[in-house]
Amino acid sequence: MGASGKPPVDGSAGAPLLEVSGLVKHFPVLQGFLLKRQVGAVRAVDGVDFAVREGEALGLVGESGCGKSTTGRLVTRLLEPTAGRIAYRGRDITHATRKQLAPVRSEIQMIFQDPYASLNPRQTVGAIVSGPMEINGIDPPGGREKRVRELLETVGLNPEHYNRFPHEFSGGQRQRVGIARALGLSPKLIVADEPVSALDVSIQAQVVNLLRELRRERGIAFLFIAHDLAVVRHFSQRVAVMYLGRIVETGDRDALYRRPRHPYTHALLSAAPEPDPDAQGRERIRLAGDVPSPVDPPSGCRFRTRCWKARDKCAAEEPPLTRVEGNAEGHLTACHFPEEPTVVRDRTVVLDPALAALEEGTPQEEET
Amino acid sequence: MTTATEDRPTGPPEGTPGTEPFLSVRDLRVRFATEDGLVKAVDGLSFDLPRGRTLGIVGESGSGKSVTNLAVLGLHDPRVTTVTGDILLDGRELTHAPRRALERLRGNTMSMIFQDSLTALSPYYTVGRQIAEPYRKHTGASRARARRRAVEMLGRVGIPRPERRVDDYPHHFSGGMRQRAMIALALVCDPELLIADEPTTALDVTVQAQILDLLADLQRERGTAIVFVTHDLGVVAGVCDEVLVMYAGRCVERGTVRDILKSPRHPYTWGLLGSLPRMTDDADEPLRPIPGTPPSLLTPPPGCPFHPRCPYRDQVPDDRCRVERPPLAPEGGGRASACHLPDERVRELTPGAVR
Ligand SMILES: Nc1ncnc2c1ncn2[C@@H]1O[C@H](COP(=O)(O)OP(=O)(O)OP(=O)(O)O)[C@@H](O)[C@H]1O
Ligand SMILES: Nc1ncnc2c1ncn2[C@@H]1O[C@H](COP(=O)(O)OP(=O)(O)OP(=O)(O)O)[C@@H](O)[C@H]1O
Ligand code: SF4
Ligand code: SF4
Ligand SMILES: [Mg+2]
Ligand SMILES: [Mg+2]
Repeated sequence: MGASGKPPVDGSAGAPLLEVSGLVKHFPVLQGFLLKRQVGAVRAVDGVDFAVREGEALGLVGESGCGKSTTGRLVTRLLEPTAGRIAYRGRDITHATRKQLAPVRSEIQMIFQDPYASLNPRQTVGAIVSGPMEINGIDPPGGREKRVRELLETVGLNPEHYNRFPHEFSGGQRQRVGIARALGLSPKLIVADEPVSALDVSIQAQVVNLLRELRRERGIAFLFIAHDLAVVRHFSQRVAVMYLGRIVETGDRDALYRRPRHPYTHALLSAAPEPDPDAQGRERIRLAGDVPSPVDPPSGCRFRTRCWKARDKCAAEEPPLTRVEGNAEGHLTACHFPEEPTVVRDRTVVLDPALAALEEGTPQEEET
Repeated sequence: MTTATEDRPTGPPEGTPGTEPFLSVRDLRVRFATEDGLVKAVDGLSFDLPRGRTLGIVGESGSGKSVTNLAVLGLHDPRVTTVTGDILLDGRELTHAPRRALERLRGNTMSMIFQDSLTALSPYYTVGRQIAEPYRKHTGASRARARRRAVEMLGRVGIPRPERRVDDYPHHFSGGMRQRAMIALALVCDPELLIADEPTTALDVTVQAQILDLLADLQRERGTAIVFVTHDLGVVAGVCDEVLVMYAGRCVERGTVRDILKSPRHPYTWGLLGSLPRMTDDADEPLRPIPGTPPSLLTPPPGCPFHPRCPYRDQVPDDRCRVERPPLAPEGGGRASACHLPDERVRELTPGAVR
């Protein structure tokens, strides 16, 4: 897989394809035996703004349960938003009906997190992958079966798997079936929910390269949900970090990985495991305490119950997502007391050698 | 202060991990009868695991890691599956043990964290009930005590407000929370053997770190033997003592975690390490996967199963890679690799092959 062409570096090349503002999704919490009544709400997504430009990959990372999949499902309109606006190519699709959605339906595809639940166990792989083509009346040259076999090969499956059923596949193989299915309709935007988490590293590398190639050559834009920070770094031009239903930091790849400002981003980067038995003694930021409940999130800054810098102001005022002083353009941080991007190595809380090494031109002796 | 900066525990846990194998697998073979023919999913696998130790199993997707674990637990459907070889748990033969005996062992002596948490949890019962039931069954605890135990376990795996979420159904949980519920379920009866099949794949790094700590604590306290299947070599580096590398249903390399990550010998292991994305790479360069596609298990390649994808096969004279299956050598359970390349050649090639 070659490195043909350059990606649109920071999105300046592409027009906004997807624009999301103030997006909210609350799931009701019901109680009672016969008469269920609502006693609260899971605030899964609670006011999220972002844009994905044509041919661009936006990485979405964050704690388990912070609302990443829900965001993806809202964007693909598998869930009905509680509030906010979703626009695709400038068109408001927030509450579009099935019929109104039909023209863009095939342009927005989703690859699901759970390869077990998302494949119909009674269909053969051939039927699963050709399904969306059939529904949308697409007849590729050479026929659907030929196209399906090509797609299977593209995603690293053996075309001999055409007539097999999902239960005969390993976890990673099933995930590739899901990717082949999403590619069948030549989409413009793919919401990829942990598309490589279930794959072994070699196939993960193949799939990441494949998705990169699709992005560069066919200009497919991605909302790329993942928790492996190294994978996100290799795939996304921009990254958004979510915590408890909110975006706490966003910026282009280098800003986020080299000059993170939000304490939570620092914690994430330092917790990323390294495949080196000698690096295991290194110090990390360990987030202690429970992940707060999305039913009843902390006041002010949602990260404050686990933040080592929290002060009174953090409980009283919610920090806005803005370009704090010292941030590059487009790098936004929601924190009252952001970490200094240049003093990372002096602070005892961040001793991640990988992070330190990312700081260009840093003399070795400055590292702790 | 709610945040602690601390060191990762390194190496084997405190206490005296046994050296006698607690789990011993010999020449395990698992075959599936399918419409297209016989799938040789596991083809002659042997390993030992003492108490208090963690064995990592890594390898290609579809290489037989989960199938191996299901065989140990006796969970294969006997109508389509043939399992041969020996599986000894604490000296007890499991391969031909009656269904009932296995059922009694599962969840009590041995338990498993499944790769697919959604299908492992029933959609029809609350999460709490699914955790409390096996506890009741194995300990005879009262309903109320079992429920308290479920709440406690959910709390231990980091589910916020466990007393509230205990009555939720699995579909109310996020992917990562379901995974944590699965872990709570696997640990509720304090198993002696824990088989963890990608237990943290669905979790973000901070929760992952928390779960790995929990497993390490459990192991230290109770001397649990752990089989840990994962694709994440970073996790392997952190938790495993020994590592088994699988390819096409066979072990191709075996050694301590340091052996495998620092001085791997098998070309497949080289490829595996080489394809890792690293935080310090040039992110605009494509990653470097192993070329080619996984082998068919219906008609496995002759000779070395890795030969169609191996860049070094021409360095072995007489076309041996294509005709002769390399044995896992040396024999005897320690460091070993299944490759025809001579040792000195391996030493010369390693630095370049692994970066
Ligand atoms: N019930 C079955 N019938 C037929 N083939 C099966 C069955 N279960 C598994 N297989 C095959 O056996 C092989 C090994 O599968 P297994 O699930 O053990 O892979 P794995 O190593 O766990 O992979 P992954 O890392 O993707 O989970 C695969 O090729 C799979 O297709
Ligand atoms: N149908 C639902 N009903 C009630 N609560 C829900 C529902 N779906 C999701 N939630 C809750 O919304 C929150 C966000 O879930 P979501 O699946 O979006 O998380 P995520 O960021 O994708 O997590 P993960 O990394 O674990 O997949 C969680 O607290 C989850 O329990
Ligand atoms: S606003 Fe306060 S609590 Fe929140 S991340 Fe910043 S310092 Fe921490
Ligand atoms: S035996 Fe030959 S084909 Fe197999 S891994 Fe070694 S060099 Fe490669
Ligand atoms: Mg999710
Ligand atoms: Mg598996």
